[in-house]
Amino acid sequence: MLSQKVYDKPLVYFDSGATAQKPRQVIEVVNRYHSELNSSIHRGVHFLSDQATQAYENAREVVRKFINAVHSYEIIFTSGTTMSINMLAFSFGENYIKEGDEIIITEMEHHANIVPWQMLCNRKKALLKVLPFDDRGVLMVEKLTELFNEKTKLLTLTHISNTLGTINPIKEIIKQAHKAGIPVMIDAAQSIQHASIDVQDLDCDFLVFSGILYGKEKYLEALPPYQGGGDMVDLVTFEKTTYNVLPFKFEAGTTNYIGAVGLAAALEYISGLGLNEIAAYEKELLAHFTKKLNEFGDVTIYGQSPQKSCIISFLIDNIHMHDAGMVFDKLGIAVRVGSHCAQPVWQHFGIDGSLRASLTMYNTTEEIDYFCTAINKVKSMFRTS
Amino acid sequence: MAPIQETEQEIIDEFMVFDDWMDRYNYLIELSKQLPEIDPKLKNNDYLIRGCQSRVWLNAEFHDGKIVFTADSDAIITKGIIALLIRVLSNRTPKEIMEAKLDFIETIGLKQNLSPTRANGLLSMIKQIRLYALAYDAKEKKNN
Repeated sequence: MLSQKVYDKPLVYFDSGATAQKPRQVIEVVNRYHSELNSSIHRGVHFLSDQATQAYENAREVVRKFINAVHSYEIIFTSGTTMSINMLAFSFGENYIKEGDEIIITEMEHHANIVPWQMLCNRKKALLKVLPFDDRGVLMVEKLTELFNEKTKLLTLTHISNTLGTINPIKEIIKQAHKAGIPVMIDAAQSIQHASIDVQDLDCDFLVFSGILYGKEKYLEALPPYQGGGDMVDLVTFEKTTYNVLPFKFEAGTTNYIGAVGLAAALEYISGLGLNEIAAYEKELLAHFTKKLNEFGDVTIYGQSPQKSCIISFLIDNIHMHDAGMVFDKLGIAVRVGSHCAQPVWQHFGIDGSLRASLTMYNTTEEIDYFCTAINKVKSMFRTS
Repeated sequence: MAPIQETEQEIIDEFMVFDDWMDRYNYLIELSKQLPEIDPKLKNNDYLIRGCQSRVWLNAEFHDGKIVFTADSDAIITKGIIALLIRVLSNRTPKEIMEAKLDFIETIGLKQNLSPTRANGLLSMIKQIRLYALAYDAKEKKNN
């Protein structure tokens, strides 16, 4: 995948924040299950179904271990982070949100952690409040307690901003929220592969990332199911249905069990490399990239948090981001252009969006240097006009 | 003025000189400078084409049975693309515009070399131009 050429140029893939490439181990596992072990889980009494069920439940255990949850039934498989948040917004809202209640998000959230809550607030006539960030892209945590009151029912925020790269001090924030009796949801979509996460140490009440909704047992037990269908039921009559136990209550229908097995393989791969080693390497990439961009003098970086992940949003002065993006593409470089599903972040800066390079373990400083020559090329193309 | 097909062929010939898309982008940048620019006063939401990722403003005026387009964009390559469209379609009768097949877009590979969202933007530009043609055509028929 990464060694291919696009437009006859070696591919430089700087868009892992949107979709990361899979290691061979994951692709092989997914292929093997599709070709040898594909079957319906939790239903059959035959060999294949048993094997598939076992693989699926093993995957749940791998995820549990990876985030150090207490119970594997606190791990719900979903289709993705967006579905996890929508599920929670629905189920949590059914039980805990009534008219006049308040939910707090932050100014740097991805649309997926804004819109489901907005929809919930519209349904229940509740209020959505926003914790702002400063011009460096650092959350103004000191303003948090001002937002808290007896009507606050949930705080939901991202661990790492998908636009600014900011790593938020979530442990400290969770502590403050709990002091005020407010549960917290952490969006770990951008952090799960870059930083080690221990849900018991953090004490977060909910955590979401690709394919996973984690929740503390006491909440998941209390929440109503999100979707009805097969596997999530206990007893069904036309008058009434009783629901299955956790985690199955939240897994209606045939789940993407091979996806779950693939996710587990990815987590095991990352654990094998070591999250600390990955983080250290990415820190080097970030330092190199930032230094290089700053040397230009006419490149503006959005997101200057001292605690930052390898996500770099920037603009080249007086050159439209889409002009630059089109040329990068033809030079074999994959970057993202636009608002990156976080329009409020750009409203903060009074612009439409940015170019975004998001790097990870398979990227190199050589690629960064090549990228910088591409920036020069862009400048020479558009500045003369 | 040369017929639409002739202008299209001119553009095809110009584009075929270049082997790769970097050179074609450079050429679009050159063309962007020849775009008949819209009155800055009209660069507001009323003249904005919806469906483009970058901002594109388009204005049409009717003179002696022909529609004259002016436009602008905040992105230069987009400006080059709209300059191409205007070169083919400006100063034409509504009927000519409505009947134009615009095969040159396919032939020079413009659509394939834009991302799908930008290709949609290109379609939005063409749609807006055709809407103007339709409107002036209807107006003309009503007056006659």
